[in-house]
Amino acid sequence: MSVSDPPAIKRRPVYLNLVRIRLPLPGIVSILHRISGAALFLFAIPVVLFAMQASVESEDGFASLKSMLANPLCKLILIGLLWAYLHHFFAGIRYLLIDLHVGDDLAPARQSSVAVLGASLILTLIIAVRLW
Amino acid sequence: MTRPLRQTIGAHYGWKDWLVQRVTAVVMILYTLGMLGVALYNGGFDYALWQALFANGAFRIATLLFGLAVLWHAWIGMRDIWMDYIKPTALRLALEVATFVVLVAYAAWLAQILWGTRQT
Repeated sequence: MSVSDPPAIKRRPVYLNLVRIRLPLPGIVSILHRISGAALFLFAIPVVLFAMQASVESEDGFASLKSMLANPLCKLILIGLLWAYLHHFFAGIRYLLIDLHVGDDLAPARQSSVAVLGASLILTLIIAVRLW
Repeated sequence: MTRPLRQTIGAHYGWKDWLVQRVTAVVMILYTLGMLGVALYNGGFDYALWQALFANGAFRIATLLFGLAVLWHAWIGMRDIWMDYIKPTALRLALEVATFVVLVAYAAWLAQILWGTRQT
C-alpha cells in the first residue's frame, strides 16, 4: 500500500459538530444524566454537607439556614440543584429498569425518556412554585 | 500458596464498578424515599424533629450508608467523565486524584457531623 493511498478506514467522515448533532430523546436524557451528575458532585455534595452541619449544630444555625432560603439567589441555586437531583434520580431508575430489560425496546425507551424529562421538570416546577 | 495479583488494567475491573454504581444507586433511592416519607409524615422538618433524627443511632448509620453510597457513586461517575474527556494523562491523573481526595474529605466531614461533638 502506498502512502498516497491510505486505508479506507481513515477516510470515513468525522461528524462531531456538537451544534449539528441531533440527539434522539434517550441521548438527551443520557447527556443530562452526565451533566446533572457532575453538577451534583461539584455543588450539591458540599452544599448539603454545609447545610447539614449548620442545621444540626444549633437552633440558631437551623434558623439562619431557613432565612438563607429566603434569598432569591439561594432559591435559584437550590432549584437548579433540585432539578439535577430529580433528573439524575429518574434517569437512574430508568437505567436500572433497562438493565433488567424493562422497556428496552425502541418505542418504550423513547416514551420513558419523555417521562424522565417531564417528571423531573414538572416536579421541579411544582416545588419551585411552592418555595417561592 | 501464591495469591493472584489484583488486576488493575484490562477489561476485568469494569464489571465491578458497573455493579457498584447500581447497588449504590439502590441505596440512595431507598434513603431518598425514606426521608421523603419522614418529611411527608411530619409535614416537613422543624428543629425538634431534626435534632431527634440526628440523635437516633439508626438514622445516623443509615445516613452514613447513604453518604458513602453517594461518594462511591460520585467517584465512579466522575472518574468516567475524566476518562472520557481529559486526554493528557498527567492532567487526568491529577483530576482523578483531586476528586478522590475531596471525596474522602467529604466522608470524614460527614462522619464529623454525625458523630462529632456539638453545642446543645
